[in-house]
Amino acid sequence: MVENKKTKNLKEFSTSADRFEGANLLCPGCAHSIIVREVLNATNDDLILSAATGCLEVCTAVYPYTSWDASWIHIGFENAATAVAGAEAMYKALKRKNRLLQPERVPKFVAFGGDGASYDIGFQWISGAFERGHDMMYVVLDNEVYANTGGQRSSSTPIGASATTSPAGRVSYGEKKEKKDMMAIMAAHGSPYVAQVSPSKWKDMVKKIQRGLNTEGPTFINAVSACTTEWKFAPEDTIAIADLAVDSLVFPLYEIIDGHELNITYRPKNVIPVKEYLAAQGRFKHLFKPEFKHILDEWQVRVDKKWEQLQRREEARI
Amino acid sequence: MAEKMELRDVEVWDGNMAAAQALRQAQIDVVAAYPITPSTPIVENYANFLANGYIDGEFVMVESEHAAMSGCIGASAAGGRVSTATSSQGFALMVETLYQASGMRLPIVLNVVNRALASPLNVNGDHSDMYLGRDSGWIQICAFNAQDAYDLALCAFRIGEDHGIRLPVMVHQDGFMTSHTAMGVRTLTDDVAYNFVGEFKPFNAMLDFEKPVSYGVQTEEDWHFEHKARQHNDLMTKVHPKIKEVFADFKKLTGRTFNLVEGYHMEDAEVAVVAIGTAVKTAQVAVEKLRAEGVKAGVVGIRVLRPFPFNEIKAMIKNLKAVAAMDRSSPNGTVGALYNELAGVIVQMDKAPVMNNYVYGLGGRDITIAHFMAIFEDLKANAKAGKVQQPLQQFINVRGPKLSFLSQE
Ligand SMILES: Cc1ncc(C[n+]2csc(CCOP(=O)(O)OP(=O)(O)O)c2C)c(N)n1
Ligand code: SF4
Ligand SMILES: [Mg+2]
Repeated sequence: MVENKKTKNLKEFSTSADRFEGANLLCPGCAHSIIVREVLNATNDDLILSAATGCLEVCTAVYPYTSWDASWIHIGFENAATAVAGAEAMYKALKRKNRLLQPERVPKFVAFGGDGASYDIGFQWISGAFERGHDMMYVVLDNEVYANTGGQRSSSTPIGASATTSPAGRVSYGEKKEKKDMMAIMAAHGSPYVAQVSPSKWKDMVKKIQRGLNTEGPTFINAVSACTTEWKFAPEDTIAIADLAVDSLVFPLYEIIDGHELNITYRPKNVIPVKEYLAAQGRFKHLFKPEFKHILDEWQVRVDKKWEQLQRREEARI
Repeated sequence: MAEKMELRDVEVWDGNMAAAQALRQAQIDVVAAYPITPSTPIVENYANFLANGYIDGEFVMVESEHAAMSGCIGASAAGGRVSTATSSQGFALMVETLYQASGMRLPIVLNVVNRALASPLNVNGDHSDMYLGRDSGWIQICAFNAQDAYDLALCAFRIGEDHGIRLPVMVHQDGFMTSHTAMGVRTLTDDVAYNFVGEFKPFNAMLDFEKPVSYGVQTEEDWHFEHKARQHNDLMTKVHPKIKEVFADFKKLTGRTFNLVEGYHMEDAEVAVVAIGTAVKTAQVAVEKLRAEGVKAGVVGIRVLRPFPFNEIKAMIKNLKAVAAMDRSSPNGTVGALYNELAGVIVQMDKAPVMNNYVYGLGGRDITIAHFMAIFEDLKANAKAGKVQQPLQQFINVRGPKLSFLSQE
């Protein structure tokens, strides 16, 4: 059973989430909750959900409360993919044995993890689940930092960002390593559907979520999740920052089908300079000192190069 | 439908085959597993059953033991019967998830084929992994041979899955000595075994869409303690009666008897050793010899390590004059864990036996009848003096000069 949710406009869309309560402890303006709502909003099908340890988990299921009106499990920091994979295996077993409680209802299995949970500590668990081909979707809430524990770097933290374990200082411009390319890595797993989304481009996002949910096998979504606390911008600017991320092409929106068919799904009419995106966030503030100008310049070059690459891959289809 | 397997009344099985057959007969819904010596054949045997049509559940070969238990947790929370097997390093890798499984009250059955922990790396049996699980909130039941491994695996589902219990269960057997040593195992037919285990009855199943549940929530100083206290309370008050009930039913069905603590010639014993696993059987042979010589010797075999049978042991050892705690894991800086457990019992006794501690069998090193004969010599001396006559802790059958600690002079 596939039942996409039909939504006419943003107002209807943003008010129709009935399976994820607004009553949660996430910071005001946290993009995690916007992303989760958009995922849950995309379908009318039953859902079995998991979350990795991180902001989403600690803020949405604090005993005796829960924000989740669909079955949900959190085991640990690294194993959200496997939690849902285990549940999916149980679904298959009970179906075969005619022991499902509501056999006419066919659920979707979705795991949520932060970039720390996904790019770093849980990478092996995701890789295993994708190699085995469970019918599930894995969604990364990518805020490029360990937000829940106070802003330490992850392998998703981009060059030049100041994180508490890679702080900018008198002689350091902050994080030294390039962000890990999870999209390419997950496509290389042979996943039938891999996509990068931004909650600010909600129509593009919903389309991709629906495609991910309705594709059999393990599908992967990397969602840019602007973090007001760690990126250091005002809480009311979350969507504006997400827009800067996609319009500067720092977070290009694209999908990869069956590991090779790459489609760019959004081409900004006016590409804005990367500098504007960086300048809007406190985590990059130090880059605007004269001694770190070269890092700023490199940023633009890197983003341009990546965009060029994506376009070539889109053409080449390999 | 899975095909049934015709079994002879007595099959020549090692402990791994015995455990695998019990899993097959229990009709597990999901097995998520990862191989490690010496428990690998449990997983391989199960894969073979699947390949030949004897299994209709899901078999998920994951990429690590941590993922094996994580998958078991997800599957169990979804609402069905779940089991897996591991040893040693695999067990150690699972430890984080063991606590998560028990805290979520998921009745997973884990077959642990006990093996030493590195370094140095070693594939043979000792109880280091079993001891590592002591505080994890699981029920721990110990097999002494392959027959036990079969019988107790069947009992484990009945115990853990009971709605009054809802706790995961480990069934331990000794690496190689039990897991790879064949013996005549009395079998149950597939139907009789499955009827004994019973249908799985879901409780708070994630797959019940009418009643969504949140598993693995956050609790801090406001609620964490209450959750842990309730789990401990259930372990302390509900599990032993349930185990006894299941053992009694099993006896009715098979004639085979299991107890929380297995006493051997303990009725009139004056000296005894307390042990776990295959050493219990070796000690029993030594005791036979001693009895023939007129020595009132006995053996206490720990069948259930968690919840610890405090009162049952107290009753069983009340007439002893001297007792030895046999630890098959390096205590690394103190007395053995079993010694400590027994000390907790003894300190509450009016007329306590004197107790000393032996560390034996690390990394698969043998313990023989002769070793037990020598241990009983110590115990006789201790009984006579009413005081431990040797250093409190002795390492036995290890190279070099006699290794002992905590001199009593
Ligand atoms: C095994 C383990 N290691 C470390 C932690 C501590 N920890 C909890 S959440 C977290 C960071 C989460 O970061 P991320 O996955 O990016 O999620 P976010 O909070 O940013 O949404 C860390 C380091 C843990 N809970 N478990
Ligand atoms: S710290 Fe960031 S990710 Fe965490 S709740 Fe706040 S805004 Fe959201
Ligand atoms: Mg993060």
